[in-house]
Amino acid sequence: MSDEKAVTIPAQSGGAALTKDAAPGDTLLKVTGLQKHFPIRKGLLQRQVGAVRAVDGLDFEVRAGETLGVVGESGCGKSTMGRLITRLLEPTGGKVEFEGKDITHLGVGGMRPLRRDVQMIFQDPYSSLNPRHTIGTIVGAPFKLQGVAPEGGIKKEVQRLLSVVGLNPEHYNRYPHEFSGGQRQRIGIARALALNPKLVVADEPVSALDVSIQAQVVNLLDDLQEELGLTYVIIAHDLSVVRHVSDRIAVMYLGKIVELADRESLYSAPMHPYTKALMSAVPIPDPKRKNAKSERILLKGDVPSPISPPSGCRFHTRCWKATEICRTTEPQLLELKPGQRVACHHPENFEDQAPQDTVLLTVAKEAAELVADEVLAESAETSAAVAAQVEATEAAEASEATETAAESEPEDSAPEAAEESESTEPDTAETDTTAPKATDK
Amino acid sequence: MSKLEKAALGEPATVAPTDADDAFLSVRDLRIHFNTDDGLVKSVDGVSFDVQRGKTLGIVGESGSGKSVTSLGVMGLHRSANARVSGEVWLDGQELIGAEPDEVRRLRGRKMAMIFQDPLSAMHPYYSVGHQIIEAYRVHHKVSKKVARQRAVEMLDRVGIPEPDKRVDGYPHEFSGGMRQRAMIAMSLVNNPELLIADEPTTALDVTVQAQILDLIRDLQKEFGSAVIMITHDLGVVAEMADDLLVMYGGRCVERGPAEKVFSEPRHPYTWGLLGSMPRLDREETDRLVPIKGSPPSLINVPSGCAFNPRCPYADIPKDNVTRTVRPELTEVGSQHWAACHMTQEQRERIWTEEIAPKL
Repeated sequence: MSDEKAVTIPAQSGGAALTKDAAPGDTLLKVTGLQKHFPIRKGLLQRQVGAVRAVDGLDFEVRAGETLGVVGESGCGKSTMGRLITRLLEPTGGKVEFEGKDITHLGVGGMRPLRRDVQMIFQDPYSSLNPRHTIGTIVGAPFKLQGVAPEGGIKKEVQRLLSVVGLNPEHYNRYPHEFSGGQRQRIGIARALALNPKLVVADEPVSALDVSIQAQVVNLLDDLQEELGLTYVIIAHDLSVVRHVSDRIAVMYLGKIVELADRESLYSAPMHPYTKALMSAVPIPDPKRKNAKSERILLKGDVPSPISPPSGCRFHTRCWKATEICRTTEPQLLELKPGQRVACHHPENFEDQAPQDTVLLTVAKEAAELVADEVLAESAETSAAVAAQVEATEAAEASEATETAAESEPEDSAPEAAEESESTEPDTAETDTTAPKATDK
Repeated sequence: MSKLEKAALGEPATVAPTDADDAFLSVRDLRIHFNTDDGLVKSVDGVSFDVQRGKTLGIVGESGSGKSVTSLGVMGLHRSANARVSGEVWLDGQELIGAEPDEVRRLRGRKMAMIFQDPLSAMHPYYSVGHQIIEAYRVHHKVSKKVARQRAVEMLDRVGIPEPDKRVDGYPHEFSGGMRQRAMIAMSLVNNPELLIADEPTTALDVTVQAQILDLIRDLQKEFGSAVIMITHDLGVVAEMADDLLVMYGGRCVERGPAEKVFSEPRHPYTWGLLGSMPRLDREETDRLVPIKGSPPSLINVPSGCAFNPRCPYADIPKDNVTRTVRPELTEVGSQHWAACHMTQEQRERIWTEEIAPKL
């Protein structure tokens, strides 16, 4: 397949920086502080009275050859994000860089050469294909729009693409309504692949399909990535599908990324309470676990409105660990563990970031009632254990450096971390944290 | 009604012909066919099952497998001139297919109720949520509007809608997706139905909201002891909710049995396919999913023989091309566990334990 890259694609006009291919692992797309606010206008003069803050400050990068999965509930801004990085929407703020080139505010003409490298697969295979065009016209359109003349003519190339995605090339002259949902999605994929893109943004590529067909399309995306070295950004709400396809995963909540981590770390030890709740909510197809459902974390109520998002941490209104600091200070997306970035003051499976803050908000107390005691106990235990571990290593380093420091009163994290843990689960926390207290500098 | 093919019942029998004595709902050989310009669509073609009080039956299958049509058939909602319904539906000892429409109407909403997939289109946009719940209550109970309103508020409160006395006057569009689904559940439960049919009740919802709704349905079932039919394509949801499972393909039941058995020892290649095609959070990450090849059959031209044969990787195992010529009947493969497949028990057992199960 890779030899097909040699099809006669005329030299890129504009953006000369785009000609060299990014090596696998290099940053292909970099997004900093990306924002999109949709204005709400009212009245005769159509004055702006507010804004839907669909995407409100995203920072992430996509590396060449990887698959970045984006998950979140409906209304969290994941689709808007997809449309921003493909520049189908104009960002309100922030910066989008593709292969080192700033494309945030490029005009239609400026974007045109780039459209070849960035393609999109849409969710609904029924509305994303023009019902009055044949499959040949639909899949061949990118060539005509970009003025590309593939070797052997457009028709031959389109038929090759159709066979690549597992459709019969003889269906060239059929119309979309003659195909089933899964086949239509394959047509959408063929169209996206026509110009050998570098980055493919897929917005819920399988959620409209039946389970058995879903697997076919997921496998197809997998194969194509291997053969063509594609980079994917896959937006989906199904956490099991996202785990299957992604290398790294970003979890979004109300226009923000709350956690961005490698697949392994995210699914084995999620740090953000929201990630944990989201994952615990996925029904597991195993009736034997029916009785083990106490581990589920039920979130109260609905996602707040993105018109006036909550202050501080946006999740604090539904979080069972929220304290005063969560209400007042917005947590930054920090790399707490290698390859795992989290925006939380009181992360799960890690050392508390704001241990001095121990008093739960009233909403948090209510929310905690919905969380099984075992889950709280376990989380307090692991956090305390991690805190102990971190303290122990720090203490070891410190004791080597100076002996005098050992006399001074323990002033920060460790003892208070213990307090925090105690407030949720006294027994387990105490045993775990007494050790670091003693060894503390 | 005149178009309905009345079941060949000599006289309205008083005892339902069930194999399980305590079955609250018994469906026997239900067939629902539609006349269309393209031909006869056999949406449901001979489906039988029982549901007991306090139990949940899960019906799974792909789109077009006939699961929703089955449930609408039980509710007696196929009254169009083109629908041909036959078979028997016994609800608490009363036969419904041959019953007068007025009779079924009296039961519908009171003895059996339904939760639909999309609450935005299932609720009337012009009337307040409270109005619709009150109407549902007053149809079956001779009470004043005031009493009915009290009841509506009570129900909204029961399903977890905050400030129910205010929200009762709200309109469907003012509710969020999860709230609307709760309101609809309130509406279907207002008359304490003994049979609740939930048709993809959480498909349009986010996982966190889905968890809330499933929890609610489970609680309410415990409280009222109703029989529940849960229709879904999500095996995770049925695994969590269902006591018994019915797998449908091409308008027919291909496997039926206790949920645990169907998940641990499935005996139909289609069930294997379903289990293999979904990525799972509770298992180690697999490299590849095992999809079912091809796509679901058209219900106008259901493949001859076993409807699954064009997609079945094992279609050639039984001799004499029997999979393509003879339609397999449900045979017992374990206690209360049936599957419709031409392969012998031993063959299926071997394939499942050696080839399929290790890959899941």
